[in-house]
Amino acid sequence: MDITRFISTHRRFLLVGFLLLVVAFVATFPLYTQQSHVRVLTIILIYVVLAVSWAMFSGTTGYMSLAPAAFFGLGIYTMALLQKTLPFPVIIVIASLISFAFALLVGLVTLRLRGIYFAIFTFGLVIFLTELVQFLETRIYHGHGWNITPIDNTTLLYTMLVLVVVTVLVIYFIRRSRYGLALLSIGGNEEAAEHMGINTTRTKVLYFAVSSIFMGAAGVVLAPSIIYINTNIAFSLFYSFMPILMAIFGGMAHLSGPIIGAVIFGYLEKMLRAQWSTYFMLGFGIILVVVILFLPNGIIGLVPTLQGKLGGLMTRLRKGEKGEQHANA
Amino acid sequence: MERILQLIIVGIFQGSIYGLLAMGLSLQYGVCRVLNITHGEFVMVGAMLTFTLSGLGIHPLLAPVIIGPLLFAIGFVLQSTLFRTLKAWAPSPAAFEGNALLAAFGVMYIMEYIARIRWSGRSYPTFILPDIVSFRGMEFTLNQPVTFAIALALGIAVYLFLSRSRMGRAIRATAEDPGTAGLMGVNTNMILAFTFGLGALLAGVAGTLISIKSSVSTTMGFSNTVIALIVVVLGGLGSVPGSFIAGIIIGIVSRLVAGFWQPVLTVPVYYAMLMILLLVRPTGILGKK
Amino acid sequence: MPMLEGQDVTKYFGGLAAVSHVDFHVEQGEIVGLIGPNGAGKTTLFNLISAALPLSSGEIRFKGQKINGLKPHQICRLGIARTFQETKVFVNMPVFQNVLAGAFFGSQDRVSTADATREASQALEFVGLSAMSATPIKDLTLENQKRVEVARALATKPELLLLDELMAGLTPTEVSEAMELVRKIRDNGITVFMVEHVMKAIMGICGRVMVLHHGEKIAEGTCNEISCNKTVIDVYLGEETRAGS
Repeated sequence: MDITRFISTHRRFLLVGFLLLVVAFVATFPLYTQQSHVRVLTIILIYVVLAVSWAMFSGTTGYMSLAPAAFFGLGIYTMALLQKTLPFPVIIVIASLISFAFALLVGLVTLRLRGIYFAIFTFGLVIFLTELVQFLETRIYHGHGWNITPIDNTTLLYTMLVLVVVTVLVIYFIRRSRYGLALLSIGGNEEAAEHMGINTTRTKVLYFAVSSIFMGAAGVVLAPSIIYINTNIAFSLFYSFMPILMAIFGGMAHLSGPIIGAVIFGYLEKMLRAQWSTYFMLGFGIILVVVILFLPNGIIGLVPTLQGKLGGLMTRLRKGEKGEQHANA
Repeated sequence: MERILQLIIVGIFQGSIYGLLAMGLSLQYGVCRVLNITHGEFVMVGAMLTFTLSGLGIHPLLAPVIIGPLLFAIGFVLQSTLFRTLKAWAPSPAAFEGNALLAAFGVMYIMEYIARIRWSGRSYPTFILPDIVSFRGMEFTLNQPVTFAIALALGIAVYLFLSRSRMGRAIRATAEDPGTAGLMGVNTNMILAFTFGLGALLAGVAGTLISIKSSVSTTMGFSNTVIALIVVVLGGLGSVPGSFIAGIIIGIVSRLVAGFWQPVLTVPVYYAMLMILLLVRPTGILGKK
Repeated sequence: MPMLEGQDVTKYFGGLAAVSHVDFHVEQGEIVGLIGPNGAGKTTLFNLISAALPLSSGEIRFKGQKINGLKPHQICRLGIARTFQETKVFVNMPVFQNVLAGAFFGSQDRVSTADATREASQALEFVGLSAMSATPIKDLTLENQKRVEVARALATKPELLLLDELMAGLTPTEVSEAMELVRKIRDNGITVFMVEHVMKAIMGICGRVMVLHHGEKIAEGTCNEISCNKTVIDVYLGEETRAGS
């Protein structure tokens, strides 16, 4: 039990130390691995951003957003359109703003309504953008799809590292603040939250829009990594479901849950996708159903259960020993 | 002028199928509280099975006799296993709806890819009754009014079933207040499974009707789900007559947009329409809150 | 000027009037009871005051200012807090955070984190739940969950507290404890307007009582006046005394 006490008193330091270690690991990654692995890590970091951003809003308020693919796709297309005219960091900022604007619009219209409409409309946003962009592409550019000038993997990795750190920090501070409490209150009982002085509509709309910023930014980084894009690739609903699966699997009670989920599934996806193609999507569907069914609180949710079981076991063992002592006395 | 009338009439014919589709989805959400995003896949399965059966010599118009009960059974089982378990384990109704939606997406991928393994991704031509009929200078293929008649008849039958029959009353009671309905002696689990199956059956028949008019493939499910969602939101989630009427409206809009503008813009137009509608009237045309 | 005043307050659901042309007033420092058979419109009236529902017609004024038409969070900030019949606590967080939410957002002006934390602790202590601060809500008994709701409402620093069936489902001992709590709240300067079915509580602590039936106010007065009022006895209390409750 000494170890447990040590961990809880020095928790902050250990956590910060661990995080610095992770950042150092990622930063030095390109120095000792091949380029293809750097690429995989970059994509995992993209998933981390998507999963954490999604969980920030949908995990707290309970409003299921299917829109990550929409904002992600907007980021991808922003890169495609502006790659020759503006520097990379500026494009990231612009894509974030565009995502924010779209999210604000959709949020204002649909977050006043029941959650199921919000789910439908965020889903619809992805379809809407796919069709609209396709139409505009044909009209204005007389073609489909774009080639993206590649950027070297190491730059992309470092960009994602910065983005991940920014995203996690911002969301961490929001979670800890009164606004994080407001979001959770909305998820706990929206009517009561409203009656305790929380302007629920404004809170929901604002933080939904904030969560979209990081998704748009991440899209900008993906584009030069996959070199060719079109509307089906950019706005694929897979980029909504994967982050959701990752966040739910990891568990949304803690900030670390979606991160763990993203790392595990991001790695699995890369490994399995190449080998299984058709069966991959089938497997994905099955895993989605299984996780929803058996792990609604995620891996993190299992921790208290495990702790409880292990703790109980330890107590019984100790009592067992004492019991024997008493019996023999 | 005539052109517009033609487009509108074709739109009504097409819309009746959308209405049938949406009725099923509306029932599933209104009663079981599951937003069945898999709905389009049931349509696809209905369409593909119609094709396979016609290869075995069974006329497409007879196919629903087999496909209907089969899809009903699949829907029945799906509700009584997956969604019922999710409901029992969910901490709140809102959490259940969210989880059910995600689980339905999972099932959607599973169904689509199993179908793809069996039938591959290519399209198959299936249409029948292609003879042209003329009416007041406008031309239609025979299959259009025929499928309209079938869809309309089925829609009316379902409506009458729900409003007049004893089981229909039980279904409506369960939708309103499952707890009380249970106390009054309604076997709610059975009702939920039955309703879900009914929705699946309607989707399957819609699939048959679609296959009569156009070619089919295993990828057609998703676009049908999107249309069903649009119609259901327009008509009001949970309102069966609203869904049918909204289906007709969407059918008309789709023909007009495709005729005068661009077919690819139909979905963006729907989406924009719905956003505006929700601003003004959040419950849809005939929906209840 | 009464603290809370309603004039010709009416609410229709479809063709049915749930609340029909009701006038009411609550003076500062009172504990006013609102009783009536099930379906009389009591909770609906509370929902109209707290803006959970919009009025069909009429006007409600708080400290002279018209409040119908505002949103619930604005009403809370003005100084009216409430509890709910179905105990709407925030199920996804521990006791302390429930109350803290009220402390942060319920007051008129922005509150610092230190002040909010202090308010929440004080509110919890007031209702006697300090020991349970870290407990997850779902582990609490019904009575304690109701206390958390009260603490959360108190943390918003209200001048008027609407209590909706606080005593429902409580044992007689718990009812006495709750009555003590309500008295303590009033003694601390908060006016109370309470819906109740438990007559012991109404008779025990209310200075004045209003009776609703089918959405209409049928009587108003002190507890004695009400218990002697023939109409009220016929409609409501009579059934209760016959039922022996």
